[in-house]
Amino acid sequence: MAPPITHTDRAASRPRRAGRTSAVQTVLAFGALIVMGVVFSIASPNFFQFDNVVGILLATAVNGVLALGVTFVIIAGGIDLSIGTVMSLSAVMTGIVITNWQLPIPLGIAAGLATGAVAGAINGVIIARLALPPFIATLGTLSVAKGLALITSGLRPIYFTDTPSFNELAMGSLIAKLHPSLEIPNLVLFLFGAAVVAGFALNRTILGRYTFALGSNEEATRLSGVPVAGWKIAVYAVSGLFAGLAGVLIAARLDSAQPSLGFGYELDAIAAAVIGGTSLRGGTGTILGTVIGAFVISILANGLRILSVSQEWQMVVTGVIVILAVYLDIVRRRTQEHA
Amino acid sequence: MRDAMLAMEGIDKSFPGVRALHRARFELRAGEIHALVGENGAGKSTLMKVLAGVLRRDAGTIRLDGEPVALGSPRAAQDLGISIIHQELNLVPHLSVAQNIFLGREPRRWPRFVLDERAQGDAARAVLARLRAGIDPRAPVSELTVAKQQMVEIAKALSINARVLIMDEPTAALTTPEIAELFRVARELRAHGVGIVHISHRLEELPEIADRITVMRDGETIDTLAMADITIDGIIQRMVGRTLYEAAPAIPDLAEHEVVLELRGVTRGRAIRDVSFTLRRGEILGFAGLIGAGRTEVARAIFGADRIDSGEILVRGRRARIRSPHDAVRLGIGYLSEDRKRYGLALGMAIETNIALATLGRCVGWFGTVDTTRTHAMARRYVDSLKIRTPSLRHLARNLSGGNQQKVVIAKWLAADSDILLFDEPTRGIDVGAKSEIYHLMNELVRQGKSILMISSELPEILRMSHRILVMCEGRITAELPGGSSQEAIMAHATRYAGAASAGERMDRPTSPTRTSDGPTDHAH
Repeated sequence: MAPPITHTDRAASRPRRAGRTSAVQTVLAFGALIVMGVVFSIASPNFFQFDNVVGILLATAVNGVLALGVTFVIIAGGIDLSIGTVMSLSAVMTGIVITNWQLPIPLGIAAGLATGAVAGAINGVIIARLALPPFIATLGTLSVAKGLALITSGLRPIYFTDTPSFNELAMGSLIAKLHPSLEIPNLVLFLFGAAVVAGFALNRTILGRYTFALGSNEEATRLSGVPVAGWKIAVYAVSGLFAGLAGVLIAARLDSAQPSLGFGYELDAIAAAVIGGTSLRGGTGTILGTVIGAFVISILANGLRILSVSQEWQMVVTGVIVILAVYLDIVRRRTQEHA
Repeated sequence: MRDAMLAMEGIDKSFPGVRALHRARFELRAGEIHALVGENGAGKSTLMKVLAGVLRRDAGTIRLDGEPVALGSPRAAQDLGISIIHQELNLVPHLSVAQNIFLGREPRRWPRFVLDERAQGDAARAVLARLRAGIDPRAPVSELTVAKQQMVEIAKALSINARVLIMDEPTAALTTPEIAELFRVARELRAHGVGIVHISHRLEELPEIADRITVMRDGETIDTLAMADITIDGIIQRMVGRTLYEAAPAIPDLAEHEVVLELRGVTRGRAIRDVSFTLRRGEILGFAGLIGAGRTEVARAIFGADRIDSGEILVRGRRARIRSPHDAVRLGIGYLSEDRKRYGLALGMAIETNIALATLGRCVGWFGTVDTTRTHAMARRYVDSLKIRTPSLRHLARNLSGGNQQKVVIAKWLAADSDILLFDEPTRGIDVGAKSEIYHLMNELVRQGKSILMISSELPEILRMSHRILVMCEGRITAELPGGSSQEAIMAHATRYAGAASAGERMDRPTSPTRTSDGPTDHAH
């Protein structure tokens, strides 16, 4: 009989890198980012112009923040389709507090964030306590949030004309004050700030640990004594909170709360997370990957626009890319399972 | 005699339609390894899930150190030092070993929501060192072997200072050296005063590891004995009981009949290993074994639901390439799933539609419309001939009784001209009256020249119906027995009890179901 050590070690050395798949895909996504950058800058001299780069950063910011939140939900094995319309509802709430009620800007921001967090928590309760499938639950709240945004705004955009400093929050440039030639709007700083917070929450806190555990094996997590329903609600609340932040940011950027804007944003955000290596089966994903994924989407859109491809075709291309990214994830898992 | 650390008395537990436990009792001392055995469905796992707080008991008392305890949740049981290692390991694959060990009890630092990975890693290393298992606490659990994953579960139990450790079939998926390693760890824990419950189907390993043994049957506790006081034959007798015995079937002489299905060395991963057998026209071939022995996997492989890694399948003497259920149906193979509600029936559709489901392609009229006159006539014919009791053909399958539902599935395959029928647990969840109708129907079908491969976990059913019996254990065919063999012989082969296995020689390609000696415990006649 062979000594046990050699036997088990041989079996263990068979590589089954389930934990590293998202890292692989993150690298792939980063490679795609560089390839696209090279292709587009060869195709058009305008691509690497400072103004265009700032445009890409701006375009990435709001979608990126949404994608950060939904990354938590997807890692936890769920999905959140309501983030786009929750974003516009949050923007409207911020507008109501600041413009209609003439309250201070910080209160407006708090109202926007709270709206998002509450909407997310409601999603969580429906999914964790009433046991609805996440897809259906958040499809329902998508419609609810869209309707509420239109009702509360009276179907009209709310402008922040009396409070120019609100717009300044997003479109002013702290960097330009230090370095006058680099006029990069603050909105971009919000994206990276939010990404750092999200990365910390996902990798260093108890919330992040249970996010992975839920998506990887919910039953084992429950049997370990973790109150899974509560943590699931928390995960959806996080997604809502980021949607709320995105709402505040988009309102500040556009200097107005547009009640009918958010529908469709959820797909770009989910696409960003998936392209960045977050698996729709749950259990794996990284914040860095999601940020890269968000850039992949906005660079693609930007590059296609520079090449005068119509917006309709951009939608087609984005859809195809998402399908490819998910398919890649499935293929990789299948090969691992048979390894 | 030492007092019991843990005592369970009069435990009742029912699920809808099933009484899983009836006044079951169990006791465990500190520092003993206590084996818990019984057939599938005897209630072993249910009893232990009650103890671990996974299931709530309907009645009964549980005392720990003489004090009654409630055990309302896994957490409550853990807090009392009761830990269970489930049969299907409950680890989180994407997290590391250390993260799994402390899942739900993560060390934190200021502020309270921030994890202290270093403290967790140190604590995990300390626990793993006690087991001397050579596992890196940083490794993702998905990269470990099953044996090492089990060690992680044990480490998890140790880290909560478990006094009671329940292991539900821990050796089922392990190799011999891995089992030796597991037993070494178990003995070490016993020396430290931990009480270990060892649920196992491998009876031959029990004398080596267990101090005492409790046998369960039909949800009741039959006996608790010192391991030294009982033989394996004695255990098997208590597991099987002297329950109702059916007359042995009249076994037709099928030697002249054509072989309609033959498997040669079929292998699929660990589930099916080198399986070879033949099925003749007009034969009922019983497939006995414990749940998880690989019987359903064999049926699925024949039906094309799963790919095989190697080996060949011959249908009516010709090598068949079955790559999908569609291929199987065209070759005249029909499969009655063990879970008819999930895989066998479209519950929300009419009986007529269900019967025609596998043959709809033949009932298509112009422009892809379904020729309802034909489906109607076909359904009428089978409802009459199989005596399916239903108010109308439009009745929904959901509203039929279990026995009639099963007949609808049979009708579906008969309508598709299947003459090789794979019956997987055909009478599960069906009442006694309907069972005998299904048996009658099966006998009628083979008389008409159909062939049936019947998987069943109910030994009386296997013995009553089969012309020939194959026993599977851990993916292999461990014995071929004649129809009307004994429950004891089947159990012995299903649990790979070596003493009996040598008596009933395995034959790969038998010519006829000859009666061989079934060893010392043959009560068939």
